[in-house]
Amino acid sequence: MVGAGLIVIGAGIGLGKIGGSAMDAIARQPEATGKIQTAMIIIAALLEGIAFAALFAV
Amino acid sequence: MRKENIFKILLAGLFVLVSLNLNAKEAEKETTGKIDTKTGVKEFVEHHLKDSHYFTFFSDGQQSEHYGFPLPVIIWDGGLKVFSASKFHHGEELVELDGNYYKLYHSKIYKTGPEGVIEYKENGFPANERPLDFSLTKNVVAMISVALLMFLMFWALAKNYQKSSIPKGFSRVLEPLVLYVRDDIAEPNIGPKYKKYMSFLLTVFFFILLLNLFGLTPLGINVTGNIAVTFGLALITFIIVQFSGSKHYWKHIFWMPGVPVPMKIILMPIEVLGMFTKPFALMIRLFANMMAGHVVVMSLLGLIFVFQNWIASPAFFGFTLFISVIEILVAFLQAYIFTLLSALYIGMAVEDHEDHPKDHSEDIPVV
Repeated sequence: MVGAGLIVIGAGIGLGKIGGSAMDAIARQPEATGKIQTAMIIIAALLEGIAFAALFAV
Repeated sequence: MRKENIFKILLAGLFVLVSLNLNAKEAEKETTGKIDTKTGVKEFVEHHLKDSHYFTFFSDGQQSEHYGFPLPVIIWDGGLKVFSASKFHHGEELVELDGNYYKLYHSKIYKTGPEGVIEYKENGFPANERPLDFSLTKNVVAMISVALLMFLMFWALAKNYQKSSIPKGFSRVLEPLVLYVRDDIAEPNIGPKYKKYMSFLLTVFFFILLLNLFGLTPLGINVTGNIAVTFGLALITFIIVQFSGSKHYWKHIFWMPGVPVPMKIILMPIEVLGMFTKPFALMIRLFANMMAGHVVVMSLLGLIFVFQNWIASPAFFGFTLFISVIEILVAFLQAYIFTLLSALYIGMAVEDHEDHPKDHSEDIPVV
């Protein structure tokens, strides 16, 4: 149970960092929004994969 | 004006789809107490997640009535034996065929003696022998129908191109998706040789997408949430990557250039391991995302019936609807990620001899 909580904390922090960096990058260069969004979604999916897999094992 | 109407119709259809899920659950509602509801919910969730030899649409727990149809059972046990799964009577009856007795226990077929006794090993799993099971189970039927559907869709698309270069009808939905796979997934990652791998990437993308979307319906078909299916898909990716690996690729794994010799010996096992973990991660990612999504949706649906009062049930219904819509997004995303990563690994394998390291900053696909 505690393990599940830790996993979700890890996923939350990771996604928060990705989102934050993506926001900063978009703010700096609004015309590159498309590329940044795509990269952000890809990395988010990879991170969610790890989180779900670990959640499942727990 | 017409576009808005279509959008409203689609949204209404989505609501109907989720409420159909509730109708399937309605029949199992027990009125004798909370404990019975919990086992009813557990059975409902398991019915959706597991494979089975029957195609059940919905069942009535109180009268043990199952509305659906049985699927053929094909087993190899010295000889090929085919019979209908209705003989099992949902796991209650023992089937006798040529002196062998078969029992359905937890959706798996075991060989037993004439009494139908299942012996257990120390770890709690049955120790009976199992015949080779090639039956048409629910998952197999779903995969075959998705394959047929894909064949029909793309055949219509190809025929459409013979008449004019602008397709009509449903092909208008497929054309941008196919072009997206070609221009943003295959071409940037694989390079000039992408045409050879386009058929594989298109197949994988649409197969996973359609199976994911099928899993959201109330039919209880959970194919991509089955680790055997995702294992097969990842295995195919692995085989394609290994067989299309150029000499450059193998050199980079076993004897990477430009690195001092002690480092090469240390890095080699890590690279070999990486060769296996990448398809393994593909398999786990798709399986875990789909399975977790289905478990969450089904559990929330069950919660509507555990709390039977006027405030909690509509709130849970709204929450379930919200999560179901997110699951649609996850269905598309997982198909895209699987295809993208497969294209990436194939691209790494077919990369040609490069004297100067290529600048990869332009390779991120553009939305």
